[in-house]
Amino acid sequence: MSETDTRTTKEMSRRPGRERGRDDGKFGQYGGQYVPEALMPAIEELADAYERYVLNNEDGFMDEFRERLADFGGRPTPLQRADRLSERYDTEVFLKREDLLHGGAHKLNNALGQVLLAKYMGKERIIAETGAGQHGTATAMAAAHLDMPCTIYMGERDINRQRPNVFRMKLNGSEVKPVTTGRGTLKEAISETMRDWAETVEDTHYVIGSIVGPHPFPVMVRDFQAVISEEAREQAIEKTGGLPTDVVACAGGGSNTMGTFADFVDDESVALHAVEAGGSTLQVDEEEGVAPNSASLYTGDEGVLHGARTKLLQDSDGQIMESHSISSGLDYAGVGPELAYLVDEGRVEPVAVDDDAALEGFHRLSNTEGIIPALETAHAFGFLEEHHEELGDRVVVNVSGRGDKDLDAAIEETDQRDVANAPDMSMFTEGI
Amino acid sequence: MAEPANSAAIGEAFADGPAYVPYLVVGDPDYESSKAYVEALDRGGADVIELGLPFSEPIAEGSTIQEALVRSLDAGMTPDRFFAFAEELDVDAALVCMTYYNLIYQYGEGEGPRPFVERAAAAGIEGLVVPDLPAEEADPLREACDEFGLDLVFIVAPTTRADRLDRLMERVSGYVYVQARLGTTGARDDVSDQTTDSLDRLREYDVPKAVGFGISTGDHAERIVAGGADGIIVGSALVDVVADGVENDLSTGEVADRLEALSRELKAGAERGYRSRTEPVESA
Repeated sequence: MSETDTRTTKEMSRRPGRERGRDDGKFGQYGGQYVPEALMPAIEELADAYERYVLNNEDGFMDEFRERLADFGGRPTPLQRADRLSERYDTEVFLKREDLLHGGAHKLNNALGQVLLAKYMGKERIIAETGAGQHGTATAMAAAHLDMPCTIYMGERDINRQRPNVFRMKLNGSEVKPVTTGRGTLKEAISETMRDWAETVEDTHYVIGSIVGPHPFPVMVRDFQAVISEEAREQAIEKTGGLPTDVVACAGGGSNTMGTFADFVDDESVALHAVEAGGSTLQVDEEEGVAPNSASLYTGDEGVLHGARTKLLQDSDGQIMESHSISSGLDYAGVGPELAYLVDEGRVEPVAVDDDAALEGFHRLSNTEGIIPALETAHAFGFLEEHHEELGDRVVVNVSGRGDKDLDAAIEETDQRDVANAPDMSMFTEGI
Repeated sequence: MAEPANSAAIGEAFADGPAYVPYLVVGDPDYESSKAYVEALDRGGADVIELGLPFSEPIAEGSTIQEALVRSLDAGMTPDRFFAFAEELDVDAALVCMTYYNLIYQYGEGEGPRPFVERAAAAGIEGLVVPDLPAEEADPLREACDEFGLDLVFIVAPTTRADRLDRLMERVSGYVYVQARLGTTGARDDVSDQTTDSLDRLREYDVPKAVGFGISTGDHAERIVAGGADGIIVGSALVDVVADGVENDLSTGEVADRLEALSRELKAGAERGYRSRTEPVESA
C-alpha cells in the first residue's frame, strides 16, 4: 500500500457521518456498557483495539480488511436499477446488491472485520451467537478463512428452522452449540454466548452480529458495515448524477440498516426509512409477555438489554417480551442504540411492515426482478409497495440478503395465506 | 475510598466474625415454598440474605440460577410481589436484593431508579446488587441508594484492574462482592487462586470483602475465610437444593431442612476459618 492509499483509507473511516458514539459509546441517552464486571476489562481492551486498528489503521488493519473484503467477499457489490419496480412505482428504484456478497448477505462485512480484529489483538478463539444463522455462517466462513477456531451458539428452535445454515457452519469447521433455555431463539443464544465469554475473555473474542451490545460493538459493527453506504453513495452519484431521495433498509438489530444509512445521515436531503417486522399485529399480549412483532423502534420503550440502553419490547415490569417475525433474522426484542437515537432525533423514520406484506414483497422481487430476497429483506419491498407514493424520485433499497435459506419457510407461509402474487405451489405443499 | 455502610444492619452483619451470605431466587419454585426456604436460611445462621428478583435475560448467571429464575417467572413473580414477599418475611438477617438494571430502571412512575429504591427501602431491603451495572453507569442508582439509606454492592472480578478497582471502590458501600473466579455463577469443587489474588488487591480498602461464585461446602467456606475473606456468598449450591426438591418432588419442609443444614455447615466452616486467622495454628 502506498502512503496515499493508507491516507485515503484513514480518511474514509473518519467520515463525519460516523463520528457518533465513537468516544464514549453514547448516542444521546442510548448506548453505554451495561455488562458484568468480569467483562468490563475485555470490552475496554476491545475499545482500545477498535481505536488503534479500525480508526487509526494501525499495522495496516483497514487496508488488509478492505483487501480481504474485495478478494474473499467479492466487494464492491453492484447498485442495480430495478427496471420493473421503477416502472411499477413510477420512480427510479435502485437495488444495493448485498445478496451478492460472499455468503449471500451483508453479514460478512462485520464478521470478517471482527475476526480479523481478534487476530490483530492476539485472541485465539472466536465465539458468536446466531438467530437465523446468517451471522453464524458469516462468522464461520470468516473464521475458516482466517484460520481461527470458532464456536457458534444457536437456539434449539432456530437450529430446527434453519438446518442448511447449521450444515454450512459445520462444513466451515465451526462447532455449533444448541441453546435449550427459554424459547431457544436469538436472545437466549446471546445470553449463552455472554456466559461463555465471561469465562474465556482472556483468549476469546465475541463476534456480536449486529449494532447492539455494549460499547464499542455498536460503533465498530456500524463502521464495518458502513462500506455498504460508502459504495452506494458513490455508485448513486456516478449512475444518476446525484444523491438518492430515499434510502430503505430492513431493521432487526440494525446492522444492515445502519450500514446502509451511515454515510447518508449527514445528507439532510436523503430520507432514511428503517423497515421493521410488524409480525402479525403491533398489539402486544402483556399477560403472556408476547409481542407478535419485532418493531422495537416503532413501538418499543427505553430500557437496558444485552449491554446497552436502547428501545425494547418489554412489559410494564421491564421483562423482555418474546418477539415474533416471519423472518428469524429480524426476530429480536431490541435494536441498536444508534438507530434508537436517530429515530428520536427525527433523522430516521421507522415503519412496520407485517408478515403478509413482507411475503408479498418476497414474491414481487422474485417474479418481477429475478432476485429471491431473504424474508428479512422482503420487508423493505413490502414497504415500497405500501409507501411508494410518499417517496421521492430516486430510491435506493438495500437487498441485505438472498432468500435461498428461506425457501422452505416462504413456501410454507405462502401456503397458509392468500398471497395474491404468489405462484401456485400446492402440488409441493400437500402434507406440510 | 469505599463508603461505610448506609445500612446499620449490613454494617453489623460484618462487624463481629465472618458473615454468611446465602442467595436464593424469590418465588422459586413458588411463593409460599420460597418463603419457607428463605426463613430456613435465616435459622441456619444467615447474616445477610441476597434475594434474587428474576429478570428474563440474566446474562451473568450460570445454568443453575438461570433455571431457578425461569421457575420463579413461570410461577408469576413480579417486582411488586417480590416486595410483598420481603415484607412478609420473618427473618433476622439483613435483606439485599439482587437483580438486573432494567427492572430497577422501569419500576414505578417516571424515569430512573428512584421509585424502585424507595419501594425497596419501604419493604425492608437494606442493599442492592446489580450484576449488569458497572460503576460507570451507576451514579443515578448510587444517589437513590444514599437518599433512602440502602447500600450498593459491587462485584469485583479477577480481571478487574487497578484503575477500575478504584472507580468501583469509590462507589461501593456495605460490602464488596469478590467474584472468586472468571465465569458465571455455579457451584464448583475447587477454590481458585484467583480468590487469593483478589483479596490481596482489596486489602487496602476498608470495606468488608465477601467472596462468592462456586462455594458449596463448609470446607470451601473455611479455606476462603482463612484466606482473608470477611464473608462468604453462597448461591448455586443452595439453589441446587431447591432444584433437587423440584425434581424429586420433595416436601417443602424437607427442602427447608436441607437448606438449614447446609447453611449450618457453611456458617460453621466460615467460623472455623475465622478462628484459624485469629488463633495461632499448631503446625503452620
